[in-house]
Amino acid sequence: MGGRHARNASRDRATNRATSLHAHLHLPGHTVVHRLGAAPKIVGVVAFAIAVAVTPQRAWLVFGAEAAIAAGTVALARLPLRTALVRLAPVVPFLIVAALMPVVGRGARVDVDVGLFTLRLSREGLWAGGAVAAKTVLGATASVVLASTTPVPDIIGGLGRLRVPAALIAIVAFMLRYVDLLADQLRRMRTAMVARCHDPRWLWQARPIATSLGTLFVRTYERGERVHQAMLARGFTGTLPDGGRPLHQPPAREQVAPAALAGVPGLLAAAALVAWWLT
Amino acid sequence: MSVGLRAEGLEFHYPGGPPVLTGLDLEVAAGERVAVLGPNGSGKTTFALHLNGLLELQGGRLHVGATDVHRDLDRAALVELRRRVGMVFQDADDQLFMQTVADDVAFGPANLGLTGDARTARVERALGAVHAGHLAMRTPHHLSGGEQRRVALATVLAMEPDVLVLDEPTANLDPFGRRQLAELLTGLTPTQLVVTHDLPFALATCPRSVIVADGRVVADAATIDLLADTALLGRYRLELPYGMRLV
Amino acid sequence: MHAPDGFLEPWVAVATGIIAAIVLAFALRASERELGDRQVPLAGLAAAFIFAAQMFNFPVAAGTTGHLLGGCLAAILLGPWMGMLVVTVVVAVQALIFADGGLTALGYNVLNMAVVTAFGGWALFHLLRRVLPRNATGVIAASALAGALTVPISAVAFSIEWLFGATTNVSFADVFAAMVSVHMLIGIGEGLITGLAVSAVLASRPDLVTGARDLTPAELGERSPVGAKPFSIGALAAVVFVAGIVSQFAFDHPDGLEKVADDKGFGEVAKNHSFANSIFADYATQGIANERVSLAVAGVSGAAITLVVGYGIAIAGRRARPAAHV
Repeated sequence: MGGRHARNASRDRATNRATSLHAHLHLPGHTVVHRLGAAPKIVGVVAFAIAVAVTPQRAWLVFGAEAAIAAGTVALARLPLRTALVRLAPVVPFLIVAALMPVVGRGARVDVDVGLFTLRLSREGLWAGGAVAAKTVLGATASVVLASTTPVPDIIGGLGRLRVPAALIAIVAFMLRYVDLLADQLRRMRTAMVARCHDPRWLWQARPIATSLGTLFVRTYERGERVHQAMLARGFTGTLPDGGRPLHQPPAREQVAPAALAGVPGLLAAAALVAWWLT
Repeated sequence: MSVGLRAEGLEFHYPGGPPVLTGLDLEVAAGERVAVLGPNGSGKTTFALHLNGLLELQGGRLHVGATDVHRDLDRAALVELRRRVGMVFQDADDQLFMQTVADDVAFGPANLGLTGDARTARVERALGAVHAGHLAMRTPHHLSGGEQRRVALATVLAMEPDVLVLDEPTANLDPFGRRQLAELLTGLTPTQLVVTHDLPFALATCPRSVIVADGRVVADAATIDLLADTALLGRYRLELPYGMRLV
Repeated sequence: MHAPDGFLEPWVAVATGIIAAIVLAFALRASERELGDRQVPLAGLAAAFIFAAQMFNFPVAAGTTGHLLGGCLAAILLGPWMGMLVVTVVVAVQALIFADGGLTALGYNVLNMAVVTAFGGWALFHLLRRVLPRNATGVIAASALAGALTVPISAVAFSIEWLFGATTNVSFADVFAAMVSVHMLIGIGEGLITGLAVSAVLASRPDLVTGARDLTPAELGERSPVGAKPFSIGALAAVVFVAGIVSQFAFDHPDGLEKVADDKGFGEVAKNHSFANSIFADYATQGIANERVSLAVAGVSGAAITLVVGYGIAIAGRRARPAAHV
């Protein structure tokens, strides 16, 4: 992963590429997952998440299939396992909650031997905790796959093709464009404070940091006004050209993978729905 | 293509504020390159913002080519004015707001109604003019200062303007970047107004300079003559960089 | 707070999703009406600000750090519609691209983190301003208090969603007690940071604080220093006190609240409703009494949130007028 980004590192204006938000996103590649069009990919990812969410608690076969598809996609996309796991970090607190469900859940208890002692866990809670953990991880994996195999401009283009309102995707686009810059500014303000020996450890010492947040807001809003002026200066009259979608297609697109591939999660969703209906 | 512009007695004040322009007169011939010098707060940028209709005229008259830039220009006239007067802003991040360089360069032509091959051709031509063709699919916020500046220029050139207004174009550029930009500008045909503090850059790009102070033009001469008049420069908080002497 | 997929039943996801989508549609329209062609750049940059603000950590205690939710801050600075819009965009992108929050959980995540915080926060801010002095200090104090309160309110909203659609048999009582207590603590940080940030904006560009647009320049100048330490410690004490009461509600100690419920007659009221037999049939409880108290608390808190958020929506469009001066 480091090698692919070293090429751009020297020309980078962001102070620290590793912490730039966009470093957490697209990993260039040529696998079939990468070559799948953004719109079908988004649909596939959402369908997969829905399938996972409606899977009944005890339908462990369906969970197994979903896990296989998830793992398979990650492998197909040649995502390094470590990278995928790092990007799944936000789910960890909820896995802890899921682990607690057998402990605090109600209902019939079951004895579980763990090493030297025996835990009395709720049977309901065990099934529920397991299901919740599975759904959490699988759902998050869908988003990781999407972000890792699709450049942000393509995601925005895909959303546009899926008829998401132009204003909304433009707002998303501008947000993603400027978030690195703002995070940078905030970091620099922080550095300036640290250079003056401000090392807050307690909440009531947070005043300078909170003040810098307020300052950042003012600067950001004023930048928003300047961006608006720049847009006007290039002929903007209130309607985004091409419905907010990307304006320039790169000339020779490499062979796009068949969109039907994204239908696989759709089939899965159907299977899960059937399973749910039957229980 | 290039057109001249003529400002007569421009007056302006921001809401609730003191007068910023107090009768500014300036005439620029088609194809000329003029540097606009002056201390901070003199009204240089405020004047520039009048030229493409971002600020509405409050007093005086303004003509860009044959177009009378008056208050209450209708939308179509404003868009046309903004096509003819291209503005490169001080902070490149403010005008590179799309996801890729090519998209930013395409934004102007797209707003002008160009589509398909015509649009692509404009984008390629504009990027070629600033030697940034290889940057087309890059994300703007990962470019160096000099690259950003060139791309910002391309976004404006893509609209094929008759007048180019640049606000502090050398801010944050390293010496090589400045020279590159100077060479670029001297090779372009539109009329140019370069608002700058960078006196050597003004000398390199603009045969003529004006000094704006207190909302008016207070000096107007060949750049080399203005820069040689240290007393005049000093009166308006301008001076040549340390150690530099004109030969 | 960014709940992942699977914690709540699909029908809750769908129902909250529909509500969130409707509010979002209104928010898009309201901001377009107010900002015109400035909508996209301003909302985009504001969303970037909230995103960055959520990444930004502030010290809490002894080196541990906390993160901002930002919905109340967004509402006070940008107005509730813009605030809700902007936080929604942040939450949606976090789910789609950053695996932070489930895609199927977007309905209730948006509801809890954008709708409840922005409109609830705006309503609380407005109400607090009525009783606080009509000057900069009043605005700052109202911001801090409203910001602090929106966090546990958000937790209450989640608990009520849990009551209706939990996928597991952890009781509403336990979830409510645990989540609300913890989030009351988290709220202290959110409140302090919100207040201080609003203070900073008021100092340089008061016109950018939508919640203070009605203040005259003279009133804006009236500011007494907000003591960060007293606020933190006082708020902590208040939270510990209230959390102590709320925790009584947890499964193990139903007696105190149950007695209150019986005394006030809630017990009878709850028994007369057939809720116990329908929606909550699957959720096992220990004894009828506790279930009645649960329902009472859920009912009261649910109604309160709906009223507050509804009030926030109702006054969202109101143009505040400066006080008449004699």
